[in-house]
Amino acid sequence: MSWKMWSLKKSPWVFHVNSGACNNCDIEIVNCLTPKYDIERFGIKLVGSPRHADALLVTGVVTKQAKPRLLEVYRQTPKPCVVFAIGACACDTGIFRNGYHVAGPVDKVIKEEDPNAIVVFVPGCPPKPEAMISGVVKALAALPA
Amino acid sequence: MVEQTLHNILWLLVYPGFIFTLAIGVIASYVVRKVSALVQWRVGPPVIKEGRILQSFYDIIKLLGKETLIPRDAQQIVFLAAPLVGFAGVLLLSTMLWRISFTGQPYIGDIIVAMYLSILPSLALILGSSASASPHAAVGTGREMKLVMSYELPLALAFIVVIIKTGGTLNLAAIAASEPAPIWSISGFLAFFLALLCIQAKLGFVPFDIAEAETELGSGVLMEYSGALLAIWKMMQAMMLVALPLLLVMIFLGGFHVSTPWLTLVGILKYVLILVLIILIKNTNPRVRIDQAMKFFWVYCGIALAVAVVLAMCGNYYNISWL
Repeated sequence: MSWKMWSLKKSPWVFHVNSGACNNCDIEIVNCLTPKYDIERFGIKLVGSPRHADALLVTGVVTKQAKPRLLEVYRQTPKPCVVFAIGACACDTGIFRNGYHVAGPVDKVIKEEDPNAIVVFVPGCPPKPEAMISGVVKALAALPA
Repeated sequence: MVEQTLHNILWLLVYPGFIFTLAIGVIASYVVRKVSALVQWRVGPPVIKEGRILQSFYDIIKLLGKETLIPRDAQQIVFLAAPLVGFAGVLLLSTMLWRISFTGQPYIGDIIVAMYLSILPSLALILGSSASASPHAAVGTGREMKLVMSYELPLALAFIVVIIKTGGTLNLAAIAASEPAPIWSISGFLAFFLALLCIQAKLGFVPFDIAEAETELGSGVLMEYSGALLAIWKMMQAMMLVALPLLLVMIFLGGFHVSTPWLTLVGILKYVLILVLIILIKNTNPRVRIDQAMKFFWVYCGIALAVAVVLAMCGNYYNISWL
């Protein structure tokens, strides 16, 4: 395993992007930082700038308004980075499937910009913090060495 | 001649300079994170277990391996050079302080050089963030500038108190060797306490993390930095966590001596005491606004330190050492 991936797996910093969520998933993400779940146990830190991030936590269906912003944030994130689609809407547009304002699920939108992007799905409405932690663990295990 | 040069390079890069200070600084920054987590009833970053090293080492190694992005509108040379300037400043400062502690050899212009070198990281931060062409960083730059202007005056006054107490010497080795230590007096204690708050602001810790302001400005001054450049900033901040408390130990608490194991232990305890005080202040205070910080440093700290200077001068004049 190269030293870059070895250290990345021990210290993934995440940046939170709301691309049109109802705020439910966002609350659950913040819940991960509370004393009950405390993801800092795994070296995960919530950072304030996409330039510091190793993973983007995207919540909500990607609206047409949010799409260029989401792609801009993705371009600003230093690679290698992982995109997490958190919640049913982000994974598969959910109840907004045929909405007039929907640009698509997160993985389709991100893959327009970068076909080789690593996208991880954490389904649920909203997903429990346990589900998110499990998703992060599985994603880290699946990263190329 | 060659031997001397090699010796100096070794001093700068390995033993008391870069690697040694960085190792202590990374451990100290880990302790800050862990204790902050424990105060909030969290578990915090993982401890050293089988196959794991300290979390802060992982962070720096990871950042060194990441892609470094430069914003299109940034002033490239300044943007790239600023972290190196700040890093060089804190590297020189820590090497100088360790060298004085380990050998007792004085260095011309000690305390003034230390003051200038300790401003250098803040100035580099201002330069780098203003070159990054980001509106968030611009707000952070303004705040950092005001903060530097606010805390430098009380810090200089606090050092002047000590200079008066120790009979007008600027020599750090002589100040560190003075008996009794400046803190064992009313004016010295006052100056120490307020200098500690100035150090808190210099380190960018709560309640004076106004420029970095994670919650409202993204990361403020560091917003546009990524990859190896961010790693240099993080290393600089970790080394400041060693150099600035060490400066306080040398000026107020009677210095860090290594002549006997007992004195070394006492020196380490002094450093840990200052670190604990910094962590306590960090975890028991909310962030202040920039105008509150300026008022605090200029009005309250300024008046208190003016009183301390007068007390120290009276003490000197009437030969009362506890004043």
